[in-house]
Amino acid sequence: MTKRQQQRLIRSILYVLFAAGVVGIALLADWETTQRNFFNGELARQMFPDVLTIAARNTILYTFLAFSFGLAFGLLLALMRLSSIAPYRWLSTVYIEIFRGLPALLTIFLVGIGIPIAFGTRWPTLVTITLGLGIVAAAYMAETIRAGIEGVPKGQMEAARSLGMSYTWAMVSIIIPQGFRIIIPPLTNELVLLIKDTSLLFVIGTTPASKELLKFGRDLLNTNANATPLIVVGAVYLMITVPLTQLVRVLERRNARSR
Amino acid sequence: MTAPTGREGVPAIDVQELYKSFGDLEVLSGIDFHVDPGEVVCVIGPSGSGKSTLLRCVNRLEEPTAGRILIEGDDITHPDANVDELRSRIGMVFQSFNLFPHLSVLRNLTIAQRRVRGRSKTEAREIARRNLDRVGLSDKVDAYPSHLSGGQQQRVAIARALSMDPDMMMFDEPTSALDPELVGEVLAVMRDLARDGMTMMVVTHEMAFAQEVGDRVVFMDAGVVVEEGPPSQVLTEPKHERTRRFLQMVG
Repeated sequence: MTKRQQQRLIRSILYVLFAAGVVGIALLADWETTQRNFFNGELARQMFPDVLTIAARNTILYTFLAFSFGLAFGLLLALMRLSSIAPYRWLSTVYIEIFRGLPALLTIFLVGIGIPIAFGTRWPTLVTITLGLGIVAAAYMAETIRAGIEGVPKGQMEAARSLGMSYTWAMVSIIIPQGFRIIIPPLTNELVLLIKDTSLLFVIGTTPASKELLKFGRDLLNTNANATPLIVVGAVYLMITVPLTQLVRVLERRNARSR
Repeated sequence: MTAPTGREGVPAIDVQELYKSFGDLEVLSGIDFHVDPGEVVCVIGPSGSGKSTLLRCVNRLEEPTAGRILIEGDDITHPDANVDELRSRIGMVFQSFNLFPHLSVLRNLTIAQRRVRGRSKTEAREIARRNLDRVGLSDKVDAYPSHLSGGQQQRVAIARALSMDPDMMMFDEPTSALDPELVGEVLAVMRDLARDGMTMMVVTHEMAFAQEVGDRVVFMDAGVVVEEGPPSQVLTEPKHERTRRFLQMVG
Protein backbone atom coordinates (compact mmCIF):
# COMPACT_ATOMS: atom_id res chain seq x y z
CA MET A 1 0.00 0.00 0.00
CA THR A 2 1.41 3.39 -0.95
CA LYS A 3 1.65 6.17 1.55
CA ARG A 4 -1.11 8.04 -0.22
CA GLN A 5 -3.53 5.09 -0.04
CA GLN A 6 -2.67 4.71 3.60
CA GLN A 7 -3.56 8.31 4.28
CA ARG A 8 -6.82 7.96 2.41
CA LEU A 9 -7.71 4.88 4.41
CA ILE A 10 -7.03 6.60 7.71
CA ARG A 11 -9.10 9.58 6.66
CA SER A 12 -12.01 7.32 5.66
CA ILE A 13 -11.91 5.56 9.01
CA LEU A 14 -11.99 8.90 10.82
CA TYR A 15 -15.01 10.01 8.79
CA VAL A 16 -16.88 6.81 9.61
CA LEU A 17 -16.10 7.16 13.32
CA PHE A 18 -17.25 10.78 13.28
CA ALA A 19 -20.52 9.92 11.50
CA ALA A 20 -21.13 7.01 13.86
CA GLY A 21 -20.59 9.35 16.82
CA VAL A 22 -23.12 11.88 15.54
CA VAL A 23 -25.71 9.20 14.76
CA GLY A 24 -25.11 7.57 18.14
CA ILE A 25 -25.71 10.80 20.05
CA ALA A 26 -28.79 11.51 17.96
CA LEU A 27 -30.22 8.05 18.71
CA LEU A 28 -29.41 8.24 22.42
CA ALA A 29 -31.12 11.61 22.90
CA ASP A 30 -34.73 11.74 23.97
CA TRP A 31 -36.04 13.78 21.06
CA GLU A 32 -39.57 14.17 22.20
CA THR A 33 -38.66 15.58 25.62
CA THR A 34 -35.93 17.70 24.10
CA GLN A 35 -38.29 19.18 21.61
CA ARG A 36 -40.91 19.93 24.24
CA ASN A 37 -38.37 21.62 26.48
CA PHE A 38 -36.29 23.50 23.97
CA PHE A 39 -38.41 24.05 20.90
CA ASN A 40 -41.86 24.87 22.18
CA GLY A 41 -43.38 26.81 19.29
CA GLU A 42 -46.24 28.29 21.29
CA LEU A 43 -43.95 29.64 23.98
CA ALA A 44 -41.56 31.00 21.37
CA ARG A 45 -44.40 32.88 19.69
CA GLN A 46 -45.46 34.44 22.98
CA MET A 47 -42.03 36.00 23.33
CA PHE A 48 -42.64 38.30 20.41
CA PRO A 49 -42.60 41.20 20.03
CA ASP A 50 -41.09 41.91 23.48
CA VAL A 51 -37.93 39.92 22.83
CA LEU A 52 -37.14 42.38 20.03
CA THR A 53 -38.73 45.64 21.17
CA ILE A 54 -37.49 45.42 24.75
CA ALA A 55 -34.73 42.84 25.18
CA ALA A 56 -32.84 43.12 21.90
CA ARG A 57 -33.30 46.89 21.89
CA ASN A 58 -31.77 47.12 25.37
CA THR A 59 -28.88 44.83 24.48
CA ILE A 60 -28.06 47.01 21.47
CA LEU A 61 -28.49 50.24 23.41
CA TYR A 62 -26.25 49.09 26.28
CA THR A 63 -23.63 47.86 23.84
CA PHE A 64 -23.68 51.15 21.96
CA LEU A 65 -23.33 53.20 25.13
CA ALA A 66 -20.57 51.07 26.60
CA PHE A 67 -18.72 50.92 23.28
CA SER A 68 -18.83 54.69 22.82
CA PHE A 69 -17.63 55.26 26.35
CA GLY A 70 -14.97 52.57 26.04
CA LEU A 71 -13.73 53.96 22.75
CA ALA A 72 -13.40 57.53 24.00
CA PHE A 73 -11.89 56.55 27.34
CA GLY A 74 -9.76 53.85 25.72
CA LEU A 75 -8.34 56.41 23.29
CA LEU A 76 -7.46 58.66 26.21
CA LEU A 77 -5.78 55.76 28.01
CA ALA A 78 -3.87 54.80 24.86
CA LEU A 79 -2.59 58.35 24.41
CA MET A 80 -1.59 58.44 28.07
CA ARG A 81 0.20 55.15 27.63
CA LEU A 82 2.15 56.63 24.70
CA SER A 83 2.77 59.93 26.46
CA SER A 84 6.27 61.17 27.18
CA ILE A 85 5.09 62.12 30.67
CA ALA A 86 5.87 59.16 32.90
CA PRO A 87 3.05 59.48 35.50
CA TYR A 88 0.48 59.36 32.67
CA ARG A 89 2.05 56.16 31.43
CA TRP A 90 2.04 54.60 34.90
CA LEU A 91 -1.55 55.58 35.60
CA SER A 92 -2.73 54.18 32.32
CA THR A 93 -0.75 50.96 32.72
CA VAL A 94 -2.11 50.37 36.21
CA TYR A 95 -5.67 50.98 35.07
CA ILE A 96 -5.34 48.65 32.11
CA GLU A 97 -3.73 45.89 34.15
CA ILE A 98 -6.41 46.06 36.86
CA PHE A 99 -9.47 46.04 34.65
CA ARG A 100 -8.16 43.48 32.21
CA GLY A 101 -7.23 41.24 35.12
CA LEU A 102 -10.58 41.34 36.91
CA PRO A 103 -13.64 39.39 35.80
CA ALA A 104 -16.02 41.80 34.07
CA LEU A 105 -18.80 40.55 36.33
CA LEU A 106 -16.89 41.70 39.41
CA THR A 107 -16.32 45.17 37.99
CA ILE A 108 -19.95 45.58 36.97
CA PHE A 109 -21.02 44.43 40.40
CA LEU A 110 -18.66 46.84 42.14
CA VAL A 111 -19.88 49.75 40.03
CA GLY A 112 -23.49 48.75 40.70
CA ILE A 113 -23.17 48.70 44.49
CA GLY A 114 -20.28 51.16 44.69
CA ILE A 115 -21.93 54.24 43.17
CA PRO A 116 -24.93 54.36 45.55
CA ILE A 117 -22.62 53.89 48.52
CA ALA A 118 -20.00 56.39 47.40
CA PHE A 119 -22.34 59.10 46.18
CA GLY A 120 -25.31 58.50 48.41
CA THR A 121 -27.76 58.33 45.52
CA ARG A 122 -28.58 55.95 42.72
CA TRP A 123 -27.43 57.21 39.38
CA PRO A 124 -29.63 56.71 36.33
CA THR A 125 -29.53 53.06 35.28
CA LEU A 126 -28.09 53.88 31.87
CA VAL A 127 -25.18 55.74 33.44
CA THR A 128 -24.41 52.84 35.77
CA ILE A 129 -24.62 50.39 32.89
CA THR A 130 -22.39 52.51 30.66
CA LEU A 131 -19.77 52.79 33.38
CA GLY A 132 -19.98 49.16 34.49
CA LEU A 133 -19.42 47.78 31.01
CA GLY A 134 -17.40 50.70 29.65
CA ILE A 135 -14.74 50.70 32.35
CA VAL A 136 -13.71 47.20 31.36
CA ALA A 137 -14.14 47.80 27.63
CA ALA A 138 -11.90 50.87 27.81
CA ALA A 139 -9.05 48.82 29.27
CA TYR A 140 -9.17 46.33 26.41
CA MET A 141 -9.69 48.96 23.73
CA ALA A 142 -6.83 51.08 25.06
CA GLU A 143 -4.39 48.29 24.25
CA THR A 144 -5.91 47.76 20.82
CA ILE A 145 -5.81 51.48 20.01
CA ARG A 146 -2.24 51.77 21.25
CA ALA A 147 -1.21 48.95 18.93
CA GLY A 148 -2.97 50.73 16.06
CA ILE A 149 -1.24 54.03 16.71
CA GLU A 150 2.12 52.31 17.02
CA GLY A 151 1.39 50.52 13.76
CA VAL A 152 1.41 53.79 11.83
CA PRO A 153 4.88 54.30 10.27
CA LYS A 154 7.08 56.80 12.10
CA GLY A 155 7.53 58.80 8.90
CA GLN A 156 3.90 59.92 9.07
CA MET A 157 4.44 61.84 12.29
CA GLU A 158 7.73 63.22 10.96
CA ALA A 159 6.10 64.44 7.76
CA ALA A 160 3.27 66.08 9.68
CA ARG A 161 5.60 67.77 12.15
CA SER A 162 7.90 68.90 9.32
CA LEU A 163 4.95 70.77 7.82
CA GLY A 164 4.70 72.68 11.08
CA MET A 165 1.77 70.79 12.60
CA SER A 166 1.68 70.50 16.38
CA TYR A 167 1.98 67.07 17.99
CA THR A 168 -1.70 67.11 18.94
CA TRP A 169 -2.93 68.11 15.54
CA ALA A 170 -0.69 65.57 13.80
CA MET A 171 -2.14 62.90 16.10
CA VAL A 172 -5.73 63.93 15.44
CA SER A 173 -5.59 64.41 11.69
CA ILE A 174 -2.82 62.05 10.55
CA ILE A 175 -1.93 59.32 13.03
CA ILE A 176 -5.20 58.39 14.75
CA PRO A 177 -7.27 58.09 11.53
CA GLN A 178 -4.67 55.71 10.11
CA GLY A 179 -4.39 53.81 13.39
CA PHE A 180 -8.13 53.20 13.45
CA ARG A 181 -8.03 51.71 9.98
CA ILE A 182 -5.54 49.17 11.20
CA ILE A 183 -7.65 48.19 14.20
CA ILE A 184 -11.11 47.89 12.68
CA PRO A 185 -10.98 44.07 12.86
CA PRO A 186 -9.85 43.79 16.50
CA LEU A 187 -12.19 46.62 17.47
CA THR A 188 -15.13 44.71 16.02
CA ASN A 189 -14.04 41.78 18.06
CA GLU A 190 -14.33 43.99 21.15
CA LEU A 191 -17.78 45.04 20.00
CA VAL A 192 -18.97 41.46 19.67
CA LEU A 193 -17.52 40.60 23.07
CA LEU A 194 -19.29 43.64 24.49
CA ILE A 195 -22.62 42.54 23.04
CA LYS A 196 -22.23 39.27 24.86
CA ASP A 197 -21.02 40.94 28.06
CA THR A 198 -24.29 42.89 28.33
CA SER A 199 -25.63 39.59 29.64
CA LEU A 200 -23.69 40.25 32.85
CA LEU A 201 -25.65 43.39 33.62
CA PHE A 202 -28.32 41.46 35.55
CA VAL A 203 -26.14 41.79 38.66
CA ILE A 204 -26.97 45.47 39.02
CA GLY A 205 -30.69 44.74 39.05
CA THR A 206 -33.26 45.17 36.34
CA THR A 207 -36.84 46.30 35.83
CA PRO A 208 -39.10 44.71 33.22
CA ALA A 209 -38.30 47.56 30.87
CA SER A 210 -34.51 47.40 31.31
CA LYS A 211 -33.95 43.67 30.78
CA GLU A 212 -31.44 42.75 28.15
CA LEU A 213 -31.67 39.58 26.09
CA LEU A 214 -30.27 36.96 28.41
CA LYS A 215 -32.04 38.23 31.52
CA PHE A 216 -35.25 38.35 29.52
CA GLY A 217 -34.73 34.75 28.43
CA ARG A 218 -33.76 33.48 31.87
CA ASP A 219 -36.80 35.02 33.54
CA LEU A 220 -39.08 33.29 31.05
CA LEU A 221 -37.15 30.06 31.59
CA ASN A 222 -37.96 30.30 35.28
CA THR A 223 -41.61 31.21 34.96
CA ASN A 224 -42.35 28.54 32.33
CA ALA A 225 -39.93 25.85 33.44
CA ASN A 226 -39.04 25.51 29.79
CA ALA A 227 -35.77 26.27 27.96
CA THR A 228 -37.30 27.47 24.69
CA PRO A 229 -36.76 31.16 25.59
CA LEU A 230 -33.00 30.53 25.77
CA ILE A 231 -33.02 29.11 22.26
CA VAL A 232 -34.98 32.08 20.95
CA VAL A 233 -32.72 34.53 22.75
CA GLY A 234 -29.65 32.73 21.41
CA ALA A 235 -31.01 33.07 17.88
CA VAL A 236 -31.53 36.80 18.41
CA TYR A 237 -27.93 37.19 19.63
CA LEU A 238 -26.73 35.54 16.45
CA MET A 239 -28.99 37.77 14.37
CA ILE A 240 -27.07 40.71 15.81
CA THR A 241 -23.52 39.37 15.91
CA VAL A 242 -23.25 37.44 12.65
CA PRO A 243 -24.22 40.33 10.32
CA LEU A 244 -21.81 42.51 12.25
CA THR A 245 -18.83 40.25 11.70
CA GLN A 246 -19.82 39.92 8.04
CA LEU A 247 -20.06 43.68 7.65
CA VAL A 248 -16.60 44.06 9.06
CA ARG A 249 -15.26 41.51 6.61
CA VAL A 250 -16.62 43.67 3.79
CA LEU A 251 -15.17 46.85 5.27
CA GLU A 252 -11.82 45.19 5.74
CA ARG A 253 -11.73 44.08 2.13
CA ARG A 254 -12.62 47.55 0.89
CA ASN A 255 -9.99 49.02 3.16
CA ALA A 256 -7.34 46.67 1.80
CA ARG A 257 -8.18 47.83 -1.70
CA SER A 258 -7.89 51.55 -0.96
CA ARG A 259 -4.49 51.26 0.68
CA MET B 1 2.03 85.22 5.86
CA THR B 2 5.25 86.80 4.78
CA ALA B 3 8.25 84.98 6.10
CA PRO B 4 11.55 86.85 5.98
CA THR B 5 13.32 85.73 2.85
CA GLY B 6 17.04 86.16 2.72
CA ARG B 7 17.66 88.67 5.47
CA GLU B 8 20.76 90.64 4.65
CA GLY B 9 23.88 88.73 5.59
CA VAL B 10 22.02 86.06 7.56
CA PRO B 11 22.42 82.45 6.39
CA ALA B 12 19.23 80.47 5.76
CA ILE B 13 20.68 77.60 7.77
CA ASP B 14 23.54 78.13 10.19
CA VAL B 15 24.79 75.07 12.06
CA GLN B 16 27.36 75.76 14.78
CA GLU B 17 29.43 73.15 16.62
CA LEU B 18 26.77 70.48 16.29
CA TYR B 19 27.13 67.20 18.14
CA LYS B 20 24.69 64.31 18.06
CA SER B 21 24.98 60.94 19.76
CA PHE B 22 22.67 57.95 19.76
CA GLY B 23 23.54 56.32 23.06
CA ASP B 24 27.29 55.73 22.98
CA LEU B 25 27.51 56.23 19.25
CA GLU B 26 28.59 59.71 18.22
CA VAL B 27 27.11 60.41 14.80
CA LEU B 28 27.96 64.10 14.46
CA SER B 29 31.22 65.33 15.94
CA GLY B 30 31.27 69.10 15.82
CA ILE B 31 29.69 70.19 12.56
CA ASP B 32 29.90 73.75 11.28
CA PHE B 33 27.73 74.15 8.25
CA HIS B 34 25.69 76.83 6.58
CA VAL B 35 23.46 77.41 3.61
CA ASP B 36 23.07 80.93 2.26
CA PRO B 37 19.78 82.22 0.87
CA GLY B 38 19.32 81.10 -2.73
CA GLU B 39 22.15 78.61 -2.47
CA VAL B 40 21.92 74.92 -3.39
CA VAL B 41 24.14 72.83 -1.14
CA CYS B 42 24.54 69.12 -1.81
CA VAL B 43 25.75 66.96 1.05
CA ILE B 44 27.45 63.75 -0.01
CA GLY B 45 29.27 61.01 1.84
CA PRO B 46 29.22 57.30 2.60
CA SER B 47 26.25 55.84 4.45
CA GLY B 48 26.66 56.25 8.17
CA SER B 49 28.61 59.47 7.70
CA GLY B 50 25.90 61.43 9.52
CA LYS B 51 24.62 63.46 6.58
CA SER B 52 20.98 62.48 7.03
CA THR B 53 21.24 63.04 10.78
CA LEU B 54 22.61 66.53 10.11
CA LEU B 55 19.66 67.30 7.87
CA ARG B 56 17.18 65.89 10.38
CA CYS B 57 18.74 67.95 13.16
CA VAL B 58 18.19 71.14 11.20
CA ASN B 59 14.42 70.94 11.66
CA ARG B 60 14.80 69.09 14.96
CA LEU B 61 13.37 65.78 13.90
CA GLU B 62 16.47 64.65 15.76
CA GLU B 63 17.35 66.38 19.00
CA PRO B 64 20.94 67.68 18.86
CA THR B 65 23.16 66.65 21.77
CA ALA B 66 25.06 69.95 21.69
CA GLY B 67 25.46 72.94 19.44
CA ARG B 68 23.26 75.59 17.88
CA ILE B 69 21.21 75.71 14.71
CA LEU B 70 19.92 79.04 13.44
CA ILE B 71 17.16 79.20 10.87
CA GLU B 72 17.33 82.63 9.25
CA GLY B 73 18.94 83.84 12.44
CA ASP B 74 16.38 82.25 14.79
CA ASP B 75 17.73 79.57 17.10
CA ILE B 76 15.64 76.40 16.59
CA THR B 77 17.58 74.60 19.33
CA HIS B 78 16.65 77.21 21.95
CA PRO B 79 14.29 75.83 24.63
CA ASP B 80 11.79 78.64 23.96
CA ALA B 81 11.95 78.34 20.19
CA ASN B 82 8.63 78.08 18.36
CA VAL B 83 9.68 74.90 16.64
CA ASP B 84 6.41 74.45 14.73
CA GLU B 85 6.69 77.92 13.21
CA LEU B 86 10.36 77.44 12.30
CA ARG B 87 9.63 74.05 10.77
CA SER B 88 6.93 75.53 8.60
CA ARG B 89 9.59 77.71 6.96
CA ILE B 90 11.55 74.60 5.98
CA GLY B 91 10.12 72.29 3.34
CA MET B 92 11.15 68.69 4.00
CA VAL B 93 11.27 65.86 1.48
CA PHE B 94 11.91 62.34 2.71
CA GLN B 95 13.48 59.32 1.12
CA SER B 96 10.26 57.35 1.64
CA PHE B 97 7.91 60.19 0.52
CA ASN B 98 5.72 59.91 3.64
CA LEU B 99 2.56 61.06 1.93
CA PHE B 100 -0.55 60.66 4.06
CA PRO B 101 -2.11 57.49 2.60
CA HIS B 102 -5.59 58.12 3.97
CA LEU B 103 -5.91 61.49 2.24
CA SER B 104 -6.28 62.40 -1.41
CA VAL B 105 -3.44 64.21 -3.14
CA LEU B 106 -5.29 67.51 -2.81
CA ARG B 107 -5.90 67.00 0.93
CA ASN B 108 -2.24 66.02 1.38
CA LEU B 109 -1.38 69.46 0.05
CA THR B 110 -4.04 71.50 1.85
CA ILE B 111 -4.21 70.02 5.35
CA ALA B 112 -1.16 71.80 6.78
CA GLN B 113 -1.80 75.00 4.83
CA ARG B 114 -5.19 75.27 6.48
CA ARG B 115 -4.08 74.26 9.94
CA VAL B 116 -0.66 75.86 10.16
CA ARG B 117 -0.98 78.80 7.77
CA GLY B 118 -4.65 79.39 8.56
CA ARG B 119 -5.60 79.67 4.92
CA SER B 120 -9.14 79.37 3.68
CA LYS B 121 -10.22 76.23 1.88
CA THR B 122 -10.40 78.04 -1.46
CA GLU B 123 -7.02 79.66 -1.06
CA ALA B 124 -5.34 76.44 0.07
CA ARG B 125 -6.80 74.55 -2.87
CA GLU B 126 -5.69 77.15 -5.33
CA ILE B 127 -2.14 77.08 -3.98
CA ALA B 128 -2.19 73.26 -3.99
CA ARG B 129 -3.28 73.15 -7.61
CA ARG B 130 -0.61 75.64 -8.60
CA ASN B 131 2.10 73.52 -6.96
CA LEU B 132 0.79 70.28 -8.43
CA ASP B 133 0.97 71.99 -11.78
CA ARG B 134 4.54 72.99 -11.00
CA VAL B 135 5.56 69.35 -10.48
CA GLY B 136 3.55 68.26 -13.51
CA LEU B 137 0.80 66.36 -11.70
CA SER B 138 -2.26 68.57 -12.01
CA ASP B 139 -4.27 65.58 -13.25
CA LYS B 140 -3.69 63.68 -9.98
CA VAL B 141 -5.60 66.04 -7.70
CA ASP B 142 -8.15 63.45 -6.60
CA ALA B 143 -5.90 60.38 -6.67
CA TYR B 144 -4.78 58.59 -3.53
CA PRO B 145 -1.05 58.13 -2.89
CA SER B 146 -1.22 54.35 -3.25
CA HIS B 147 -2.34 54.77 -6.87
CA LEU B 148 0.75 56.77 -7.82
CA SER B 149 4.18 55.59 -8.89
CA GLY B 150 7.13 56.27 -6.60
CA GLY B 151 8.28 59.15 -8.76
CA GLN B 152 4.82 60.69 -8.74
CA GLN B 153 4.55 60.27 -4.98
CA GLN B 154 7.83 62.06 -4.48
CA ARG B 155 6.74 64.90 -6.75
CA VAL B 156 3.52 65.20 -4.75
CA ALA B 157 5.63 65.29 -1.58
CA ILE B 158 7.65 68.15 -3.07
CA ALA B 159 4.45 69.98 -4.02
CA ARG B 160 3.14 69.41 -0.50
CA ALA B 161 6.22 71.04 0.99
CA LEU B 162 6.09 73.91 -1.53
CA SER B 163 2.46 74.62 -0.68
CA MET B 164 3.60 75.93 2.68
CA ASP B 165 5.63 78.63 0.88
CA PRO B 166 8.82 77.60 2.65
CA ASP B 167 11.90 79.79 2.60
CA MET B 168 14.07 76.75 1.99
CA MET B 169 13.78 73.09 1.02
CA MET B 170 15.60 70.10 2.47
CA PHE B 171 15.86 66.81 0.62
CA ASP B 172 16.86 63.61 2.42
CA GLU B 173 18.05 61.24 -0.31
CA PRO B 174 14.92 61.99 -2.34
CA THR B 175 15.64 59.50 -5.12
CA SER B 176 17.16 56.61 -3.16
CA ALA B 177 13.88 54.70 -2.84
CA LEU B 178 12.98 55.09 -6.51
CA ASP B 179 13.29 52.71 -9.43
CA PRO B 180 16.05 53.97 -11.72
CA GLU B 181 13.68 54.99 -14.50
CA LEU B 182 11.76 57.27 -12.08
CA VAL B 183 14.76 59.16 -10.71
CA GLY B 184 14.89 61.57 -13.65
CA GLU B 185 11.43 63.08 -13.19
CA VAL B 186 12.13 63.92 -9.54
CA LEU B 187 15.54 65.42 -10.28
CA ALA B 188 13.97 67.48 -13.05
CA VAL B 189 11.53 69.03 -10.58
CA MET B 190 14.39 69.76 -8.18
CA ARG B 191 16.42 71.32 -10.97
CA ASP B 192 13.51 73.65 -11.79
CA LEU B 193 13.27 74.62 -8.14
CA ALA B 194 16.95 75.47 -8.01
CA ARG B 195 16.63 77.51 -11.17
CA ASP B 196 13.80 79.48 -9.58
CA GLY B 197 16.20 80.47 -6.80
CA MET B 198 14.99 78.18 -4.01
CA THR B 199 17.39 77.72 -1.11
CA MET B 200 18.13 73.99 -0.99
CA MET B 201 19.98 71.50 1.16
CA VAL B 202 20.16 68.16 -0.60
CA VAL B 203 21.53 64.95 0.88
CA THR B 204 22.10 62.79 -2.17
CA HIS B 205 24.03 60.06 -3.90
CA GLU B 206 23.35 61.58 -7.32
CA MET B 207 26.79 62.96 -8.16
CA ALA B 208 25.71 64.18 -11.58
CA PHE B 209 22.95 66.22 -9.96
CA ALA B 210 25.35 67.66 -7.38
CA GLN B 211 27.77 68.54 -10.15
CA GLU B 212 25.17 70.21 -12.33
CA VAL B 213 22.84 71.90 -9.85
CA GLY B 214 24.87 72.36 -6.67
CA ASP B 215 26.44 75.71 -5.87
CA ARG B 216 28.49 74.01 -3.21
CA VAL B 217 29.21 70.40 -2.32
CA VAL B 218 29.89 69.26 1.23
CA PHE B 219 31.60 65.92 1.75
CA MET B 220 30.99 64.31 5.13
CA ASP B 221 32.58 61.25 6.65
CA ALA B 222 32.45 59.79 10.16
CA GLY B 223 30.47 62.70 11.59
CA VAL B 224 32.64 65.55 10.36
CA VAL B 225 32.77 67.78 7.31
CA VAL B 226 35.87 66.62 5.49
CA GLU B 227 35.83 69.19 2.74
CA GLU B 228 33.55 71.55 0.90
CA GLY B 229 33.65 73.82 -2.09
CA PRO B 230 32.30 74.29 -5.58
CA PRO B 231 31.28 71.00 -7.22
CA SER B 232 33.90 71.36 -9.91
CA GLN B 233 36.58 71.36 -7.23
CA VAL B 234 35.24 68.84 -4.67
CA LEU B 235 33.97 66.35 -7.23
CA THR B 236 36.75 66.53 -9.77
CA GLU B 237 39.87 67.54 -7.85
CA PRO B 238 39.23 66.65 -4.22
CA LYS B 239 41.90 67.74 -1.76
CA HIS B 240 41.40 64.92 0.70
CA GLU B 241 42.23 61.29 0.33
CA ARG B 242 38.92 60.22 1.92
CA THR B 243 36.93 62.24 -0.61
CA ARG B 244 38.93 60.73 -3.44
CA ARG B 245 38.31 57.21 -2.20
CA PHE B 246 34.58 57.84 -1.81
CA LEU B 247 34.26 59.33 -5.28
CA GLN B 248 36.10 56.40 -6.79
CA MET B 249 33.71 54.01 -5.07
CA VAL B 250 30.54 55.70 -6.27
CA GLY B 251 32.08 55.93 -9.72
